Parts: sequence; C-alpha cells; structure tokens
Amino acid sequence: MADALIQMHHVNKWYDKFHVLRDINLEVAAGERIVICGPSGSGKSTLIRCLNRLEEHQQGDIIIDGMALTGDIKGVEAIRREVGMVFQHFNLFPHLTVLENLTLGPIWVLKTPKAQAEQEAMIYLERVKIPEQANKFPGQLSGGQQQRVAIARSLCMNPKIMLFDEPTSALDPEMVKEVLDVMVGLAEQGGMTMLVVTHEMGFARKVANRVIFMDQGEIIEENDPGSFFDNPQSERTKLFLSQILH
Amino acid sequence: MSEPTPAPTIHAPATSNPTPLVWVKTQLFSTPANALLTILSVWLLIMAVPALLDWVFLQAKYSAQSGQECREVEGACWAFIAEKHRLILFGTYPYEQQWRPLVSIFLLVALVLLSAWRKLWNIWLFPIWIVGLSVVALLMWGGVLGLTYVENTLWGGLPLTLILATFGVALAFPLGVVLALGRRSELPAIKIICVVYIELIRGVPLISLLFMSSVMLPLFLPEGLTIDKLLRALIAIVLFAAAYVAETVRGGLQAISKGQYEGADSLGLSYWQKTRLIILPQALKIVIAPLVGIFISLFKDTSLVVIIGIFDLTLAAKAALTDPAWQGFSMEVYVFIAAIYFIFCYSMSKYSQALEKRLAVGQQH
Repeated sequence: MADALIQMHHVNKWYDKFHVLRDINLEVAAGERIVICGPSGSGKSTLIRCLNRLEEHQQGDIIIDGMALTGDIKGVEAIRREVGMVFQHFNLFPHLTVLENLTLGPIWVLKTPKAQAEQEAMIYLERVKIPEQANKFPGQLSGGQQQRVAIARSLCMNPKIMLFDEPTSALDPEMVKEVLDVMVGLAEQGGMTMLVVTHEMGFARKVANRVIFMDQGEIIEENDPGSFFDNPQSERTKLFLSQILH
Repeated sequence: MSEPTPAPTIHAPATSNPTPLVWVKTQLFSTPANALLTILSVWLLIMAVPALLDWVFLQAKYSAQSGQECREVEGACWAFIAEKHRLILFGTYPYEQQWRPLVSIFLLVALVLLSAWRKLWNIWLFPIWIVGLSVVALLMWGGVLGLTYVENTLWGGLPLTLILATFGVALAFPLGVVLALGRRSELPAIKIICVVYIELIRGVPLISLLFMSSVMLPLFLPEGLTIDKLLRALIAIVLFAAAYVAETVRGGLQAISKGQYEGADSLGLSYWQKTRLIILPQALKIVIAPLVGIFISLFKDTSLVVIIGIFDLTLAAKAALTDPAWQGFSMEVYVFIAAIYFIFCYSMSKYSQALEKRLAVGQQH
C-alpha cells in the first residue's frame, strides 16, 4: 500500500537479548480495523506500544501518517497527538475528575479553550453513555465505566488512530460487553483506524477488517475474520484457536 | 392444635459503653501481666505527677521583684519568664519597635496556614509567598515607610527562628523537588550533579555546613564583597534541607505507577506538563507525612545557628540567664522555650494530619 496510514518495515526489537519483535512488516490503511491476537508473550502489546513510542524499536522503520517515528522528541509528541491509546488498566488520573481527565489533553496539548474543551468532553461522555459521571473521580467508578472514560479521554484528542491494548482483559465479565459495545459503536461510525489487541473473538468477527495472529514475536497469519476463524492456515494458529474458542 | 412455642428470650447486645468498673477490669486488669503493668504505671504516676504539678503550678511564684524572692520558693519561678519574656522572644530588637517582629510572627504563621487552603493550590501560591515574605522582610528591616531601620544583627528570638525556618522551607522545597526530578533524569550530566549534591550534603551534619558557610564562604568571595551572616546561615539551612526533601520526593515519584507516566505520554503531554499536572500532584500527596517531618526537624535544627553566633530563640534564652539579678533559673527558661518549640512542631504535625485527611476525601485509589 503506497500511502498507508501506518507502515512498519522490518521492525525488530530486543529486550536485552530477548528478541521480542522479529522482522515485523505491517501496513494499515486509514479507516481499517485490525485485531491482533496471540498467546501471551507473543509481542502483540509490544507491537502496538511501538506505534506511539511507549516502546522503542531498535531496527526497522515505523512511519505514521507520513512521519517517521524516531528518537526526536518533537516528532514523537506530534505522532502521539495523532495516536490515542486505551490501556488494559485504564491509567486514568486519580487526582482529577472525569471531566478534568478528558479536558487535560485538549487544553494543554491542543491548546483548546477550557469551555470548548469541556463542551466537547461532554459530547464524548454522552457517546460512551456516562455523562452523569462527569464530576466524579475515577476511583468512584466501576471498571467498565473507567474504561469507557479512558476511551472518551483518547477520543477527545481527535486522533486518527486508536490503539487498544487488551481493553477488556481487566474487567469483570458483566462489564466487558458495555466496553465492547462502545468500541463497536466507534468502529461502525467509520473513519477511525483501530488496532485492537484482544482475546474477544466475537468482537473481531463483528468489526475487524483483518485479524492478525502473532506468536513469539512474528506475524504468523493475517486474514479477514471469516477466513481466519473458519480456515486457519498455520498449525500454530489452529492450536491457538482451539485453545480460546471452546 | 399444638401449644404456641414460648417467645425466645431476647438478650441485650453486648454493651459498647461499659461502666467504668467494667472498663477497668477488662482493659487494665485482664491478665496478670496487664495487672502488673497497671500497678507499675500507677506507682510511677503517683511518684512523678504530684511533684511535677507542685513545681509547675502549686508552689510556683508568678510575680517577684528579684531572683532572691524566687529562690525562697520551692516551685518554678515563672516571674523570671514574665520579667525576661521580651528578651527571650524578641532578642535584642529595639524595645519600642517590637510590634514589628510580633506582626512578622503572625504573618509567617498566616502564610503557612493559607498554604493549606485548597483554593490556593495553583499558580497564585507563589506570588502570595513572595509578597508575604517581602512584607516580613520590610517589617523587620524597616528603613522605608517611616519605619526605623533595624540592622539584622539586632534581630533575635522567635521571629528569627521563624524566619530561618520559613524561608528555609520555602526555598528548600522547590530546590528539593528539582533535585529529585534531576536525579531521575535520563541526561547523565544532570543526574550526576544531583546525585553528587545529595550524597555530599547528606553526608555532613548541619553544624559543619553552618561552619563552612559562615567561615569558608567569605574566603572564596572577592575582596570587599561580604555576605550577610544571616544570609550565610540561611544558605546553609536551605542547601541542607533540600537534599533531604529531594530524597523524600524521589521516593514519592518512584511510588507512582508506570501507567500514569504512560497515560500522560499517550496524550502527547511534554515532560514538564506531565510532571507538573500528573506526576508531582500525586507524588507530593503520597509524601506529605515524611516531608512535614523534615520541616519539623528543620524548625528545631535552626537552633544550631547558636554555633555561629546568630541570636535565635535558644541563644536568646541563654542570654536571659546571664542576668546577675536572676541566677539559677535555667530550668524555667528551657521549659519555656521547649514549650514554644513544642507548640510549633505539634501544630505542624496536626496540620499535616489535617492536610492528609482533606486530600483523601473524594479520591479513592
């Protein structure tokens, strides 16, 4: 793909001697929704964390929206404005209210005036269906609500790309659905490029354009959801699917 | 038809307000060891308390014309304190102008209390402190606005202790925070400078720093340039406290989970925005208790300036004892200044507890 939004060419990463990403080649077009799955330790979280420089790759090129991802601080901050991230453990700021969590980025990074930032934050809070929690602190919310706030916080920055690092893995089962519904809503609205690391295969079937399977740092297989689940090619993929689809 | 079962007897719940006799039995005499400790404590109290009360209150003399009258009494000579309190509290500050150090004391206390008010926890705190400390400096020095000029060699007693402590804390705290951030920096030059500073300063007692700044600093200065003695003492105190503040704050910074840094990074916040808005507010809240401990220690450590001849509260107390008409009342004087130190340090302790309590409201981790 010539003008893919995200391009990773021959990306390699080591933690000391451990080779965690092996020759990753990936291109993601704008608006695509990718689900990345694989056993633990396969490097899938590391892969998406390299996209916003929370991890540094030692070899290869990563190009996001035409900007090369290097050690240059200004470049990294510019890329981080385009890439939002939702974490497994939410990472909300406990000393700020929900509304302050949402408006922090727009006010300080995008230089949006406070009143406008708050207006937009309330719109996003309504989209994730918890406008009434605006003045509460994160510690007063349930896990599902906190994750939805985290999604709204990233959306408030109006990013082009949203990364999700196992967003529902730390939630009680009854709260998983409410967060997945928000993510499905986001996907169906269209336009947002999403990379989701998850074990929720139902979600993958519903909204993913592509499912990527990783094992031991390599991309083993990638395919559209239908073919991926019904007709896995590699033995390792088949093994993994048999373990999680029971 | 069977007989209805009798209603069960309802026992009253175990009382949470026991009668005094029951309380004594269960709390003080429950086991033989407990009973023995109780008897021992009561015996100690019987030996100590009446004698103490006797000395402090019952047999004390509250007004007297001379030391002779006081010596005839068994109890404490509070008349001595009544006679000397202005010397002890204000040192050699000119008698008629002593309202100025008095006002300064209240101003400094007010500044500290104001800093606990949440509404002021923003950029306004800095100008308020700068203005407050400037007004105190103005009042103490004078020379303008019709106030007579009072050289700072004449300052003494409680205002001097408070000035050293307050300026010391006000300057050591930001310096300590910067050092803590510097020590965690990834830039090797900054990190090394901060580590060397902290470890060097922590390795020496405050007394040696006071000596060094008082004696050695003038040797390094160019001809004719002298730094005021009080300023030299203040520099030593600030440099000393900053190292300890730095290590305490660093502990707080380490306690913040990595996820907070990553959450801030993922929003695109710069290093200073992240530190100021996310990391420091959380880190400082965690270390309130040890930080206030450092400030309480600092307050008491100001008494060391006695060594370089600065007239703080402790030295003023010693000076009061040199009056030949009132000899031999050192106990009363040291109890008096101990009470003053205690009042300030205990208040700081309570203040820190109140601060912690207030910050915990509405925020559960």
